[in-house]
Amino acid sequence: MPSKLAISYAHVTKSFGPLKAVDDVSLDIAEGEFVAIVGGSGSGKTTLLRLANRLIEADGGTITVEGEDVQNVDPVALRRRIGYVFQAGGLFPHLSVADNIGITPRLQGVSATDIAARVDELLELVQLDRAAHRDRLPEALSGGQRQRVGVARALAAKPRIMLMDEPFGALDPLTRDALGEDFRDLHRKLGLTTVMITHDMTEAILLADRIAVMRAGTLLAQGTPAELSKSGDAYVLELLRTPRRQVERLNALLPQGGGA
Amino acid sequence: MSFFTDPRWGEALSHLPDYLGNHVRVSLAALALGLAVSLPLAILTRNRPAPRGMLLAFASIVQTVPGLALLALFYPLLLLAASVTLAWFGVSFSAFGFLPAMLALALYSMLPVLRNGITGLNGIDPALLEAAKGVGMTARQSLLMVELPLALPVMMAGIRTAAVWVIGTATLSTPIGQTSLGNYIFAGLQTQNWVFVLFGCLASALLALAVDELLGLIETGLRQRRRLRAGLGAIGIAALVAATLVPTLGRSSQSYVVGAKTFAEQYVLSALLRDRLQAAGLSATARSGLGSSVIFEALKAGDIDLYVDYSGTLWANQLHRTDIKPRAELLAELKTALAKENITLLGELGFENAYALVMPRRRAEALGIRSIADLAAHTSTMSIAGDYEFFSRPEWAALQKAYGLSFRAQRQMQPDFMYAAVASGEVDVIAGYTSDGLIAKYDLVALNDPRHAIPPYDAILLLAPKRAGDERLQAALKPLLGKIDIATMREANLRASGNDANSSPDAVAKWLWGKINP
Repeated sequence: MPSKLAISYAHVTKSFGPLKAVDDVSLDIAEGEFVAIVGGSGSGKTTLLRLANRLIEADGGTITVEGEDVQNVDPVALRRRIGYVFQAGGLFPHLSVADNIGITPRLQGVSATDIAARVDELLELVQLDRAAHRDRLPEALSGGQRQRVGVARALAAKPRIMLMDEPFGALDPLTRDALGEDFRDLHRKLGLTTVMITHDMTEAILLADRIAVMRAGTLLAQGTPAELSKSGDAYVLELLRTPRRQVERLNALLPQGGGA
Repeated sequence: MSFFTDPRWGEALSHLPDYLGNHVRVSLAALALGLAVSLPLAILTRNRPAPRGMLLAFASIVQTVPGLALLALFYPLLLLAASVTLAWFGVSFSAFGFLPAMLALALYSMLPVLRNGITGLNGIDPALLEAAKGVGMTARQSLLMVELPLALPVMMAGIRTAAVWVIGTATLSTPIGQTSLGNYIFAGLQTQNWVFVLFGCLASALLALAVDELLGLIETGLRQRRRLRAGLGAIGIAALVAATLVPTLGRSSQSYVVGAKTFAEQYVLSALLRDRLQAAGLSATARSGLGSSVIFEALKAGDIDLYVDYSGTLWANQLHRTDIKPRAELLAELKTALAKENITLLGELGFENAYALVMPRRRAEALGIRSIADLAAHTSTMSIAGDYEFFSRPEWAALQKAYGLSFRAQRQMQPDFMYAAVASGEVDVIAGYTSDGLIAKYDLVALNDPRHAIPPYDAILLLAPKRAGDERLQAALKPLLGKIDIATMREANLRASGNDANSSPDAVAKWLWGKINP
């Protein structure tokens, strides 16, 4: 295990009425790690993610971020120092790309010139052409471009931790693949700690260092893909088997070499 | 004379700066107040369904009250409030004109602003609210930076609806003393001056259309995020407001205000009084179309300086007397009673405008009816029409009692339409006015009142308390006292009821002055 913990969940529970969305979950995420939380809809994976920056408040257990109990941190300050990428981008439709990206620094009172410089830096980082995109409104962007802006916005206040809620789920396969790879590079380059939610085991295996599998509010298993394959849980094994089976079928159907 | 070269267009146009300016001023103030109250309420209740429901229900109920009734309601409410503040804090305010009109119109503007404000704020994608929180906004920042900007186009549509409603309804504020484009319509209806009616309708419709178009420009500009478009709309609104308000600014408020009730004779007399004051070198304006009870209170409060009322009206409505006294005695007693309120009864003009039961001369002769006593035997098969207040006045109760009248049906009508209605046989009898020129025009007859059930209605000149010692004013008015006999007034009224260029109150007032001061 790496030395310091970025996020730590200890016996965390959260219910919505009679429904136990998160049920006694303990999970440690080390600094610099890329962890994917995998599960179907209703598994509690999104709730678990949102508990970390207090978009949702836990009922029980302890959550620490960079060693501090989140209950002792002002939620607004906490959210500003953690990057969050929303499912479909979550961009504000009335603000330009530059204004969307610069929103958190603006809330922190950073000067306009510093924000402008930071926006340019970020556009380059997420590989968007500055002149073409800076002043556009989100509606004028493609899905992939929007998500790149979403990532840039989450990075604007130089967070050390990134939370991503199915960031690439709604994109076409090619864009999705390219964006995933690009983000993986950013994660490494910037030394981020990333927690990403996905329902797609293939994506989790390809991008994450470690995978946590959730089902019906409980954490079934966690570890590297290799460790997971030794899990005794039938659901976890089934999740791991599916991508491999697909690859085998693809190999059988396509001529060797994959391309035309 | 051609319709378009009718000089009354010019006369109407000469009132436009005053009427339009006041119309815009009261509409603007009402809208500003309505927005100042409604928008915060919409914001405060956006996440609270229970108070939100109550608020919308209240606004909806207000909306179902007819505009005229709502405006009329605010006058007595404010009178009461003014008397309370006077008793408790020693300060009073005018319950007349601008204030009641503005408050009622503000209330009227609330529903569309509230409804659209709440719809706009609640219609925001929850994912964006989550995103606002996620990027680190406080609740206040989320409201100001995300929710309000996103709800703005929908809110703007509500403001636009409210503006059109307020501008339209403001035409009804004339009877409570607020000058507006409604002055054309009320005066035109009362004096059968269709040029004025048309002019008033056109002017208010054009104003509403222009404001609607300009606000529409702002709305679509906001919706499509086109700053230039929204800016043009805003500049247009500002220019419109400035252009209409500037001519009314800087006008001296020192001038004498002559009041007039809502019928032709009053319009003519107020024009006559105004002309006399101006001839004496005093600055004077006429404020016409005031409701019968509003006008007396307005005089008492000093919102108007003088007007002509009728002795019997004050006897019943202000002194609440049901007994009938001979003419001179009633006048003397009235003068003393008014003096207690510091109102000066300067004197009589010389004619009487009493209620009288009126029917076609031929029919009366055929049935052998000369007096109300003769009429009594026929009333069970007859219908009667009166103005809006007649059937609730004590004279009507007194008449019914004195002669045992019991009509088959009774109807309320616009006074100027009653005469034509009785002449054409639509109703059998009307409660007309003895000074009305239409009695002669339609060959009608006013029936005698042998039992003196109807009190005398001498036209009397009243001065506000603050004008009690104003000798210049009284000197300017003295030449009119006792000079207008019933025949002259009837002829003046007949002229005013015509529909030609010489029938405007101003023209008739000039004719009248020439008649009594040859």
